[in-house]
Amino acid sequence: MVGGKDDPVDVRVGENSEAAANEMATARVIVPERARKGETFEIKALIAHPMETGFRKDAVGDAIPRNIITRFACRYDGEQVFAWDLHPGVAANPFVAFHTVATRTGDVELIWTGMNGFEHRERRKVIVT
Amino acid sequence: MNSTFWKFAVLAGMGWLAAMAIPRTGGTTEEAKPGIPQPGIPQLGIPSSQQKSGFEFQSKSNRERQEDLTVNPGMLWVDQGAQLWTKAEGASAKSCQDCHGAPERMKGVAARYPAYDTKAKRLHNLDTRVQDCRVSRQQASPIAAESEVLLALTALVAHQSRGMPVTPQIDGASRPAFERGEKLYNERVGQLNLSCAHCHEQNWGQRLRSEVVSQGHGNGYPLYRLEWQKLGSLHRRLRSCYLSVRSEPPAHGSEDHVALELYLAWRAKGLKVETPAIRR
Repeated sequence: MVGGKDDPVDVRVGENSEAAANEMATARVIVPERARKGETFEIKALIAHPMETGFRKDAVGDAIPRNIITRFACRYDGEQVFAWDLHPGVAANPFVAFHTVATRTGDVELIWTGMNGFEHRERRKVIVT
Repeated sequence: MNSTFWKFAVLAGMGWLAAMAIPRTGGTTEEAKPGIPQPGIPQLGIPSSQQKSGFEFQSKSNRERQEDLTVNPGMLWVDQGAQLWTKAEGASAKSCQDCHGAPERMKGVAARYPAYDTKAKRLHNLDTRVQDCRVSRQQASPIAAESEVLLALTALVAHQSRGMPVTPQIDGASRPAFERGEKLYNERVGQLNLSCAHCHEQNWGQRLRSEVVSQGHGNGYPLYRLEWQKLGSLHRRLRSCYLSVRSEPPAHGSEDHVALELYLAWRAKGLKVETPAIRR
């Protein structure tokens, strides 16, 4: 129930908050620093994004344009190990957790891409012993 | 149906109406003798043995998500706040860090807010405190209420007190505001003619449609509400309460708003600060 009739604050976006929202491509990523070869390890990723569905209307009745992340992908040492297509039903600030097998030392790269040219990348090194 | 039945029914009905009209006084503080109102000593509507944070009314998954800071979405605002903390603003070209040092030095501040500011001669909550710093110290333009910037900074400051008990000061200069807050809390308002106490002291734990009514403690704010899909301030939640009983909410940062927050903090004393909490 986003933007219910008792809570018009939802759709009021001030100048400051818009500026901050553009800056605010913060992500929280949890990747273990070390893993044993052949073992599975967990990757967790959370990113700040409004995931505006495109179905909502603002206080004066105009449609709020859709603005969502459409794709998330994870590359491990250059090879894609996980990918996810996101749709308007996904909640704001999407969180994802998944497992992969430790094969070799390398970078885990997480890439979010979306509408309005949205792109955010995070890179973490995993040492495999 | 005989006349005895109707006499009984009418009497029972009157009794029920009378019970509705008499406000329940609720429990007492440890010092006060039960049943005897002590002038000058505020009475807790919920005995401290039954005091529960809103956390305990949440689903298991929401509770887990709040406790694990790696997946708690409210931490996105705390991270953002940490970036803003070191950013110089306004004509003074000073950042928060230039005066206050590292954010960790704000530990304990949120636990004792709202607090009286002797220089400004007013009661401040974190929002108005940040706003005041920004305008008078940094000499920058004020931040919009409920904006991402204000939420990020207040979340950062309040997060430093996470796990500490709420301990507001209600005596001395804060006393008039506390009494004002107490009055606002117990005053019937709006077309539905309800006070805060009607739901959060007399009917907590009961269902209101699909929701369980909480005790109305503000110890997790600013918090991430799934309904909002973002972080929001206590003022935003109060506003929603006021609009639900079809009443006019006090303006953000107004005397009445901060006074009510002080009374809420006093009701919540002893509960741990949970910022950023997660609620449905």
